[in-house]
Amino acid sequence: MEHAIRVRGLTKRYGEVQAVAGLDLDVEHGEVFAVLGPNGAGKSTTVEILEGYRQRDAGEVTVLGRDPARPTREWRSRIGIVLQSADDRAELTVRETLRHFATYYANPRDPDELMEQVGLTDSAGKRIRQLSGGQRRRVDVALGVIGRPELLFLDEPTTGFDPEARRRFWELIEGLAHDGTTIVLTTHYLEEAETLADRVAVVARGRVVAQGDPATLGGRATARARVAWSDGEIETDTPTEVVLELSRRYDGEIPGLTVTRPTLEDVYLRLIEAEEPPAGGTLETPAVPVESAP
Amino acid sequence: MTTASDPAASDPAASDPAAVPRAAASLPSPLRIALARAAVETKVLFRERDAVVFTFALPIVFLVLFAAIFSGSAEGTGVTVAQLYTAGLIGSGVMGTGFQNLGIGIAGDRDDGTLKRLVGLPMPRAAYFIGKIASVLVMTVLQVAVLLAIAVLFYDLELPSQVSTWLTFVWVFVLGVSAASVLGIAVSGLPRSGKSATAVISLPFVVLQFVSGVFIPITELPDWLVNAASVFPLKWMCQGFRSVFLGDAGAALELTGSYELGKVALVLGAWLVGGLVLCVTTFRWKGRHDG
Repeated sequence: MEHAIRVRGLTKRYGEVQAVAGLDLDVEHGEVFAVLGPNGAGKSTTVEILEGYRQRDAGEVTVLGRDPARPTREWRSRIGIVLQSADDRAELTVRETLRHFATYYANPRDPDELMEQVGLTDSAGKRIRQLSGGQRRRVDVALGVIGRPELLFLDEPTTGFDPEARRRFWELIEGLAHDGTTIVLTTHYLEEAETLADRVAVVARGRVVAQGDPATLGGRATARARVAWSDGEIETDTPTEVVLELSRRYDGEIPGLTVTRPTLEDVYLRLIEAEEPPAGGTLETPAVPVESAP
Repeated sequence: MTTASDPAASDPAASDPAAVPRAAASLPSPLRIALARAAVETKVLFRERDAVVFTFALPIVFLVLFAAIFSGSAEGTGVTVAQLYTAGLIGSGVMGTGFQNLGIGIAGDRDDGTLKRLVGLPMPRAAYFIGKIASVLVMTVLQVAVLLAIAVLFYDLELPSQVSTWLTFVWVFVLGVSAASVLGIAVSGLPRSGKSATAVISLPFVVLQFVSGVFIPITELPDWLVNAASVFPLKWMCQGFRSVFLGDAGAALELTGSYELGKVALVLGAWLVGGLVLCVTTFRWKGRHDG
């Protein structure tokens, strides 16, 4: 079956900066796909090329069977976009805005039902500019899905959310995914990628440096475990044996015991660090401070 | 990491059996979308209440001021100051709403991401421009109505009685609004950001009002200024409106002794076409900081 998104050898250059340098990507129909990477790694540029906002320099790109560089209305109606920053301070109310956006589509969702689903019913009569950041983001998502898109792009959707708002947002996205919507998500929150995504791609220096199931990315599941307790710690391939041995040594309860595998964050940081340019090269600045890998 | 507890509780598809067939059916017609844009743009324009009040008040304040300062007739032609300034202020109002307000508004739309969001929709791009121009048309029609009502009630302005004169008014007005709006759309790309738009766009507008016969009769300007003003649409718009409100008696006040309506149509038409070309070739849907 055809991929929802297929990218081969994508490149894009801004003046001196090679933002995207031969990027390959496949997104299947119905999956939630997260794109991770430091600021300046080329993920926003890539997503904007997929959304039809930017022209590429070279490479093959197909999104829902079309080249996004030549968007048609029909193609646009099958795609939903939730932009990274939308701070248009419209004087329209939430309900008016949803109703207006519904008029662009052949078979839109019902604005009132949609408000109910994203938790905006109580704000329906409020003007957009009066909304809080979290409510505002719900409107963005509602506008992104009102046309029943087959493919939804979410660019850093929960930046600035408190933990509870983020969790409610995740439930919303899981609901859409359950409905069969293909979702491409960029995020700085690895927890978010791990919760929502079926597959993740790590982008660094304009290329995909790793992709796969977040649970096994970068050999995460098979990596050595770290067993730590009050008096020491050890990295091992056989954590169960170590724990049994410790249990015998302490004759029962082991003080301060933890057994951990590398988190997605550990794997991510290691991947990003491996891609760091040699000293002096400052093409990209990682968003996350890079620590030495274990 | 656990997944959130109950996705079904917030599942947008749960109560939505029609979710499966998706968009497939045919899209709404471009005309319908253009009308929806016009309705939304007009609604938003009137929601900014302070802006509406001042937009309507401006020409009225000028009319009251000028009538008080230059009371009486001009040069013994029987033309009143109210007639002269009504014509000029309608021209200035059209230019203010179409060129200045629209240009500043679109620069703001570009800056805050409104345009970027719109261009990602299945919207024919022309629908955005049609919606903007329609909202300017509605706004200026009401502005003119209010101004004329005040001029008639308080300054004894006599409205033209001939249908042909009103037809002249209609074509000068529609051509003027269209040209001014298209220029406003084109000029919106000039400021570097929405914040600087007011300063960048107001200067040419204020200068044009001084040299195009809005504030000062064009006969009192030096030749080189008249020549410069003649390049721009406002001078011709005002001239067209003077032909409507001053009538034949006022023609003697014109530099050439005639209202030159043919030239009015030609220059406004040329600006309309030129402005359209500028819009199509230079309009940006994204802010400068956004690549």
